[in-house]
Amino acid sequence: MQQTSSETKYLTEFYHLPEFKGLEGYKKNGGYVDLEKALKMQPQQIIDEVKTSGLRGRGGAGFSTGMKWGFLPKNDEPRYLLCNADEGEPGTFKDRMMMEKAPHQLIEGMIISGYAINSKKSYIYVRGEYDESINTLATAIQEAYKAGYLGKNILGSGFDHDMDIYRGAGAYICGEETGMISSLEGLKGQPKLKPPFPAVQGYLRKPTIVNNVETLAVVKYVIRDGAAAYKKYGTEKSTGTKLFSLSGNVTKPGNYEVPLGYPLKDMVYTLGGGFKPGRKLKAVIPGGSSAPVMTAEEAMKATLDYECLAQMGTMLGSGAIIVIDDNQCMVECLANLMHFYHHESCGQCTPCREGTGWLDKIVHSILAGKGRMQDIELLIKVADNMKGKTICALSDAAALPVLSFVTKFREEFEYFVREGKSKVKGVAYVAHNSH
Amino acid sequence: MFELSSEGKQQVLNELKRYEAKESAVLPALYIGQRENKGFINAEVIRALSNVMGIPESHINEVFTFYSMYNKTPIGKYHVQVCRTLSCMLNGAKELTHHLCKELNVKLGDVSSDGRFTVTEAECLGSCGTAPMMQINDKYYENLTPESAMNLLRGMK
Ligand SMILES: Cc1cc2nc3c(=O)[nH]c(=O)nc-3n(C[C@H](O)[C@H](O)[C@H](O)COP(=O)(O)O)c2cc1C
Ligand code: SF4
Ligand code: FES
Repeated sequence: MQQTSSETKYLTEFYHLPEFKGLEGYKKNGGYVDLEKALKMQPQQIIDEVKTSGLRGRGGAGFSTGMKWGFLPKNDEPRYLLCNADEGEPGTFKDRMMMEKAPHQLIEGMIISGYAINSKKSYIYVRGEYDESINTLATAIQEAYKAGYLGKNILGSGFDHDMDIYRGAGAYICGEETGMISSLEGLKGQPKLKPPFPAVQGYLRKPTIVNNVETLAVVKYVIRDGAAAYKKYGTEKSTGTKLFSLSGNVTKPGNYEVPLGYPLKDMVYTLGGGFKPGRKLKAVIPGGSSAPVMTAEEAMKATLDYECLAQMGTMLGSGAIIVIDDNQCMVECLANLMHFYHHESCGQCTPCREGTGWLDKIVHSILAGKGRMQDIELLIKVADNMKGKTICALSDAAALPVLSFVTKFREEFEYFVREGKSKVKGVAYVAHNSH
Repeated sequence: MFELSSEGKQQVLNELKRYEAKESAVLPALYIGQRENKGFINAEVIRALSNVMGIPESHINEVFTFYSMYNKTPIGKYHVQVCRTLSCMLNGAKELTHHLCKELNVKLGDVSSDGRFTVTEAECLGSCGTAPMMQINDKYYENLTPESAMNLLRGMK
């Protein structure tokens, strides 16, 4: 059933309809019937169904959603559901589309999830810049309250659930789940040491489930079609469809929904439209800026599922595919990313704070034509020292691109050092405007 | 001396009741303070918020400095934030920023002499499929060229 020439519009089936955004239009196209169905099921049945479906978190780490829900304590202690709509991973723009085109899809998925985990309160933490998403969600939440899908005794089931939005204020690190919890508590968005995991101790020290926008929306469809039908999409271990945000140098960038296991080659050349005349593929970052980069040759062999990309030493991450053509300088690309990680490190852990600073500085000195040959080794050494030593994964996320860029495109780095200018662009760059 | 308007004060009080924890109101309150102080936050805004909220200035200040959407210095009427991150860079963000600064005759972060514009760089704004892009105040402008962006700015009075 694998189609490779077009999208598989499962979650996005009705996204072309402007009316799908409002409650009426949403209901006309299958909206809220699965909430009704779910409320007649036992919560444990829903958790089991989600577990069986094989659904894995769409926010980056790809952890089994059903298993995560299973970590909640088995008691009546109040618990929270927190939707991660921070979408800060460079290259990712799918959650914004989902919130703006189909806010009720997320809300319905969240109410069902809330019921499954026995949570009476949920928050959607939206990055502060997403003004339109926030306004669209706010309107939709109001509509849902009015229609009795939120509030007390939802559809006569006896289940109560309240939902609210929390607006972030500009910090990538608040996308990390414990950083998000700190931020929601009105603090600096600094991550906390795990364990305890949020499912045991999260928001206000209460058990909290943090899931990505796309993950929570999928829950509705697992209930609608059942786990067995859901699993027909995708591969054995990477089930379902996934929204990929395709950007960079392709001629048709955008969000594309395909079954997991879809060939990366078709994503770039068929859906993405390939390149401008005279240009060709040089590199692909397959899962957001934190995922190790692939060469063109590797990319042509890859399929978009958790296993294949992990086997190839990279990851599916958030599903953000950044395509780089042969007109681009890899030193400049890496410098761009290192500026990002340096800027976004929250500064709690020394290896991350100092390491991102060093990486940013070293790669920019190469970019300015002032690098030394030993700086290339130094980049690798600094990056190696940042791995696996910190409170959260940002430090690793900064180190991995360095190691992959420098190893796979070493010749471009050496050329820059030797000649004092970019092999591709023929120039060096003055120091960037620092923050 | 900065004071919150009565409407702003009421909004802050509402935020204090909105969440399970009182401190959760700090982020929304900072937005309210920023809006009422011509787009940026200083010690006076923090003091006013602290008085209304009963939360120490030191705490509010700590939160304020952590997040990039709270402006630390005065800002033009239009805050032009050009995304600088990879997908935008691959599509000409550097040239875009350079062009805007040159045409408006400003350095990054400065207010233009007529008070209308401040150009800054932002990290990935989640609009990479329509790169390069910028945010002006609350709104996104996508698929830009240096010329089309400058034309947009010329229309903003
Ligand atoms: C530095 C960092 C940034 C992250 N940013 C995001 C983000 O913007 N959105 C997101 O959904 N998950 C993000 N995550 C992953 C979250 O910590 C968490 O794993 C996720 O929200 C869980 O939801 P899921 O299981 O549904 O994917 C980030 C993780 C790290 C380490
Ligand atoms: S690894 Fe970096 S971002 Fe994460 S908690 Fe430590 S300093 Fe902060
Ligand atoms: S890189 Fe510019 S919006 Fe994402």
